[in-house]
Amino acid sequence: MALADGPLAAALRDVRFAWRGRAPFALAVNSLDIARGERMLLVGPSGGGKSTLLSLLCGVLTPGSGSVTVLGTDIGRLPGAARDRFRAEHLGVVFQMFNLLPYASVLDNVLLPLRFAPERRARAARAGVRAEGTRLLRSLGLEEQLHDGARASSLSVGQQQRVAAARALIGAPEIIVADEPTSALDRDRQTAFLHLLFGEAARAGTTVIMVSHDASLAPQFDRIIHLADVATISRGSP
Amino acid sequence: MLLRLAFRSLTNRWLTAVLTVLAIGVSVTLLLGVERVRTGARASFADTISGTDLIVGARSGAVNLLLYSVFRIGNATNNISWRALQEVASRPEVAWTVPISLGDSHFGHRIVGTTAAYFEHYRYRQRQPLTFRSGGPFRDLFDAVAGADVAAALGYKLGDHIVVAHGLGNTSFAQHADKPFVIAGILAKTGTPVDRSVHVSLEAITAIHVDWQGGARIPGFTTTLEQVRDLDLTPKDVTAALIGLTSRTAVFRVQRAVNDYAGEPLTAILPGVALQELWGIVGTAEAALAVVSAMTVVTALLGMATAILATLNERRREMAVLRSVGAPPRIILALLLAEAATLTAASIVVGSLLLTIALLAARPIIDARFGLYLPLQAPTPRELLLLAAVLVGGVAAGLLPAVRAYRMSLADGMTVRT
Repeated sequence: MALADGPLAAALRDVRFAWRGRAPFALAVNSLDIARGERMLLVGPSGGGKSTLLSLLCGVLTPGSGSVTVLGTDIGRLPGAARDRFRAEHLGVVFQMFNLLPYASVLDNVLLPLRFAPERRARAARAGVRAEGTRLLRSLGLEEQLHDGARASSLSVGQQQRVAAARALIGAPEIIVADEPTSALDRDRQTAFLHLLFGEAARAGTTVIMVSHDASLAPQFDRIIHLADVATISRGSP
Repeated sequence: MLLRLAFRSLTNRWLTAVLTVLAIGVSVTLLLGVERVRTGARASFADTISGTDLIVGARSGAVNLLLYSVFRIGNATNNISWRALQEVASRPEVAWTVPISLGDSHFGHRIVGTTAAYFEHYRYRQRQPLTFRSGGPFRDLFDAVAGADVAAALGYKLGDHIVVAHGLGNTSFAQHADKPFVIAGILAKTGTPVDRSVHVSLEAITAIHVDWQGGARIPGFTTTLEQVRDLDLTPKDVTAALIGLTSRTAVFRVQRAVNDYAGEPLTAILPGVALQELWGIVGTAEAALAVVSAMTVVTALLGMATAILATLNERRREMAVLRSVGAPPRIILALLLAEAATLTAASIVVGSLLLTIALLAARPIIDARFGLYLPLQAPTPRELLLLAAVLVGGVAAGLLPAVRAYRMSLADGMTVRT
């Protein structure tokens, strides 16, 4: 696909975004580039607009002005349904917690994005969709007996995060976006988790964009950006 | 996959789901039950009398006359004289006359004084004639013919002796104990007030009142059974009369003639018209019942909407997950609508089953106690329409939480803002 050949995974230009309502909050990013295949850590304090920035990158929120270009597509200009489809096809998302549908099986959770992303499904289907899901789970260290039988809610937090990583990785999307995926884990598990995630990401040349309030994760990333350096946050009446 | 997930999401909240389905299910049972009773009541009501062209009584309203002559509810305002009735009966258009004399009772069941013509000409439910389960019409002066319910309730069989009470009280102290009757026939069940009546001859009515005046026994007078048989027992008056005509086209002419009868104030009514008029009155209650049952369905559906709404907060994460993997907001809308539709559909099945079970259990009792025959049948087109309306209502109620979830998921994006 021609789009994906561009040098940048994502580029933000003159982005302005404002939450209205009882706690008005505005975010401004003049310029931010993220290269393809890069592992980038975005550091900032809690509640500092990191999640808003990620939502803009994923096209769940659209900027009031400016452009968010992901893989060469200005996603702010796409109509809503196309933006959802774009996110399904090109982005894998991992949250801090509560990543999974608690009542569904582990494997169903992993395969969920494929329902909305035919291209990813086609890629995952080369080895068989379920086989690919099982492979990812196994390489992320989840024993096979958990895949089908267990409800996702019966797993430990660490296991849940690894299931979420498998879901983000399945079908090899170009970009993984992770919002504090390790903050619920202890230090050893954090390192192990990132190791596994990066291992799988490297296989497919996936770009990893992660936000955290914890700068100590920095050594494992290619680039660290402090949110304060790229974004201006304003609170109160805009 | 999505439907499977939606189903698992629902089974994950099975207790709420089961309670919701039960609440709507019971309201659906009520809705269908009221509908069944309505149509059943309407049918048995219209089936009460058929084949009679006119009912003649003392001057009163059509509904009143119908009530006391056919339904045996309430009392006649006045009687009509035997002479006046004979004049009506002798008109060339009149094919048959069935006089009816009311006023006495037997353990709360009405005593109907009449002639043998009653068993020949009284028709119910599409002109079905009365049939005898055992015995036959009265032949002797003190023979009585019991309706099916009377015989069943009091355990009467042929040859039993019964005593008639004066007046209509259930436990009347004034009894015609000196002149007992013998059960000569028992009628088959009709589902009409006939079942709850005891029929005797007009002459017997006259005979048991020989020593009576103004509702009390005349002291010192006792006419024995043997003496009474020698008297002229032609009644002086009767309460009402059913009339059949040789041709239906004469009905208005005869009606006018009766209404204009110079000798005394008389009224002739067309039973069909009066039945409709009466149903118009009863029908208001029936409509109110239908409205109430519909309101319970609305309440139950709103309850479901509330139950789903209450889960939305805890399911925001779930929706954020769906959004993050690329589910468009309309999928979230659709999932919640599917949930409402599933719950409603399950409720309709549960409600119909409950009704079937309730009918199976209660039908004989309802038939016996209220003379209301409720058919156990596949849903009628009207009932299907009602059920479809419930389903549409369920989905409409589901729109409330669905639209809210839709807007929440648009506003939340991937991060749950609480």
